[in-house]
Amino acid sequence: MDYLLQHPGTVAWRTLQHIELVAAALAIACAIAFPLGVVVARKRRIGGIILAALNAIYTIPSLALFALLIPLLGIGTWTALVALVLYAQMLLVRNVAVGLRGVSPALIDAARGLGMSAAQIFWRVEVPQALPVIVGGVRLASIALISLATLASWIDAGGLGALVLYGLQHDDPSRAVAGALAAAVLAIVADVGLRRLQHRWE
Amino acid sequence: MEKPGGASLRLHGVTVRYRGRAAVDGVDLDVAAGEFIVLLGPSGSGKSTLLRTINRLVLPDAGTIEIDGRDAAAEPPEALRRGIGYAIQAVGLFPHLSVARNIAVVPELLGWGQARIAARVEALLALVRLDPARYRDRYPRELSGGEQQRVGVARALAAEPRLLLMDEPFGAVDAIVRADLQEETLRIHRMLGTTILFVTHDVDEALRLADRIVVLKDGCIEQVGSPLNVLANPATDYVAALLDSKDAVRRLQLLNARDALRSATARPEMAKGDDWPRVTPQATLREVLSVLLGGASRTMVANDDEVLGSLSFDDVRAALARTEG
Ligand SMILES: Nc1ncnc2c1ncn2[C@@H]1O[C@H](COP(=O)(O)OP(=O)(O)OP(=O)(O)O)[C@@H](O)[C@H]1O
Ligand SMILES: [Mg+2]
Repeated sequence: MDYLLQHPGTVAWRTLQHIELVAAALAIACAIAFPLGVVVARKRRIGGIILAALNAIYTIPSLALFALLIPLLGIGTWTALVALVLYAQMLLVRNVAVGLRGVSPALIDAARGLGMSAAQIFWRVEVPQALPVIVGGVRLASIALISLATLASWIDAGGLGALVLYGLQHDDPSRAVAGALAAAVLAIVADVGLRRLQHRWE
Repeated sequence: MEKPGGASLRLHGVTVRYRGRAAVDGVDLDVAAGEFIVLLGPSGSGKSTLLRTINRLVLPDAGTIEIDGRDAAAEPPEALRRGIGYAIQAVGLFPHLSVARNIAVVPELLGWGQARIAARVEALLALVRLDPARYRDRYPRELSGGEQQRVGVARALAAEPRLLLMDEPFGAVDAIVRADLQEETLRIHRMLGTTILFVTHDVDEALRLADRIVVLKDGCIEQVGSPLNVLANPATDYVAALLDSKDAVRRLQLLNARDALRSATARPEMAKGDDWPRVTPQATLREVLSVLLGGASRTMVANDDEVLGSLSFDDVRAALARTEG
């Protein structure tokens, strides 16, 4: 607690950095995962291949994923961003696909019968119906990324992990605790906030 | 609400095959503007498939469909469907849209202005007897099954279609609510003059609603005719069995006291028994029968101000016999 009370500015700055990294990764990950999820929901064979590939990435131990990227991208924020985006794909794509597949065929039939085009059915019926499940995926991914991003400091990408890492290396446990605590609070806030959003749409 | 009237419909040789097997097999049918047609048949007889060829949710393998004399295949399918009302079982309402937004779907697709849509939603809710102020902003899950069906009908009627397709729209509600909805459907039909094609496998529902019943078997038409005609003169054993034509009570339901008076024995001047129970000329013979079973020897048929005659058991029996051609 000492560290937090003595250096609130540093903790706040590291927290902001952490949020930036996670938010950027999540935004990019969602932009990629949405179209991938649509493909997985609609094309059985290609979808199976995509899911298998994402699953493989997901099972790589997270620290090892960072390490594997270093020869390709060097160290720094960009590498961390790529690792987080890759890691989030599995959770996001799977939920987009599950959400879309779960839309009742009778509902789609009714929409066709009323004269909606394929695009109108997708945006006005399928996506709104799948939204709670999709937001559920975003919630899981954001929690995973908040935790994962603490490792980003290993490759010099800053964030709350920097406090933890420095604290451990320099025998300064209160600094490490401050970092860990802030990360935990972030995860809880994200969880509660997105859960609310999810229920609003159900 | 103004009366948009009904479209005429002509099916010629309509055939749909699934894996080589015909689900609809060479159906010819002429429907006059404003007619109420019921497609009746057991499960798998091709009722839904035939209905869905009309708004091109199913593309026929052969045959033509003309609506108001125009080939339905000539128009883009989406535009065609927006002009045809389509009501199915309760599942068809969009759970994420309010009642008002559900009803507004087709007007929105057609690009109507906000004010016009709002006014239309009000009028339609009133038409299906749901208080707009109470129901407009509710979601489908907040409605009973019967209320959902009413909204489904309102949605199908939203863009003033001249043709309305209904596929077992009241399949999921209990008998009392169903009778209520049937009554409403008849009232709306009389009011708007819309041509209606209604699918059911419920014989009593068909008899109650139809101007003409189309009996389907294995994708072919077995018989087309008025309810009384199909019931009294079934063309095949299949139709007789399906409608249970021997069931006299069923036929009594389709005849009214006025019809029966034509062969009745007692003329107005003789019908002076003040203690005889009264029925209106519109009362069905089933009602007359139940009054007679109550113990009276005759029942008097009378309007508010005029006695038309009286009926006995023999008169009811005679009226029934006359339907057998
Ligand atoms: N999409 C489809 N693919 C293959 N076969 C189909 C399809 N749709 C319908 N059929 C078949 O066509 C036949 C007629 O089906 P249809 O749904 O028109 O029957 P129905 O009279 O509406 O029955 P129900 O009262 O059960 O709704 C059935 O044998 C059915 O299995
Ligand atoms: Mg059917």
